[in-house]
Parts: sequence; C-alpha cells; structure tokens
Amino acid sequence: MIASFLLLLGLFFMIFGVVGVLKFPDIYTRLQASTKCGVTGVISIFFGLIIQQGFSAFSVRIFFILVFVLITTPVASHIIAQAAYESGVEPWRKPLDNFREKKR
Amino acid sequence: MAEEDFLLNLLWMTALILAALAFLSLYRVIFGPTSYDRLLGVNLISSMVTVIIVILAIRFQRRIYMDVALVYALLSFIGVIALAKYLRAGIR
Repeated sequence: MIASFLLLLGLFFMIFGVVGVLKFPDIYTRLQASTKCGVTGVISIFFGLIIQQGFSAFSVRIFFILVFVLITTPVASHIIAQAAYESGVEPWRKPLDNFREKKR
Repeated sequence: MAEEDFLLNLLWMTALILAALAFLSLYRVIFGPTSYDRLLGVNLISSMVTVIIVILAIRFQRRIYMDVALVYALLSFIGVIALAKYLRAGIR
C-alpha cells in the first residue's frame, strides 16, 4: 500500500518535472524544475521499491544507488548552471509591457 | 495475492510512463536553444533510465542489473561534467 503510494508520488513528481523542462522559458528555470523534480521523484520511487522489497540484497543496492544519485545530481546541475552563466547565457526577464508604459 | 499482482502491474506501468517521459524530454535535447539545454535533457534522461533499470532488475530478480544501474549513473555523471567543462573551455 505504502509502496504503491510512493511509486505513484514519484511518477507525479517526474511528470511535473518534465512539464517544467518543456514549458519554462530559460536554462536556469529549466534546471530548477529538472533537478528538484527529478531528485524528488527518484527518491520517492526508490523508497517505494525498498519498502516493497523489505531488507534484502536488492534494497541495500537500491539504497547505495539512491545515496549516489542524491550526491551527484545537484553537483551536475550546479556545474551546468555555472558553465551557462560563465559563457554568457542571459537570464530570462518578463518582457516589458509597452502599452502600459505609454498609458502613463 | 491480488495486491502482489497490482504491485507488479504498477511496476510495469511506472517503467512504461518513465520511458514515455524520457521520450518527451528528448524534445529538449533535439530543439534546445543553447547547448546547455541539451545537456540538461541528457541529464534528466539518464536519471530516468537509471530508475527504469532498477525497476527491471526487481521485476526480473536479476541482481547484476543493479550494478549496471550504478555504473550507468556514474558514467552519465562523469559525461555531463566532462561536457560542461569542455563547453566552458571552448568559450574562453
């Protein structure tokens, strides 16, 4: 029961992470959506699988992979953001509303 | 017994939906405006593929697929870092 709930929760996070990656306007906002939702979805799915398996050889290995993903994904995201910023990718701003400016 | 069947079906469904999501984020890899968008898409796809490999390992009860998943995560991490360093060095 708890295992299926955690699996569905992880799928939910993954789906909204992909929606954010497809819809957001900028590399930095896309990195935000990708990393947060990706890591949360992976954690939820792996904990669901651990609870379903109980204590076995599989669950120990899943736990190791979980710790590894938890360490490496933020590092990769940070390095991509740093490289994008240093090579001069402009952050997205809300476009100016010319009509409202003229009305004043 | 019914709950076991439900959980197995849920495992298959999770793997299939994750594969579909990986195909959706392939859009960012193909049409990404900058090369960093493509890198982000590759990173997301590799994390999804890691989860899919773990699910298949549990479904087929093969212990060696777990090691495959761990090595896949390690290699994708190293690849992303090497590509980011390479792109940054090309700009300077």
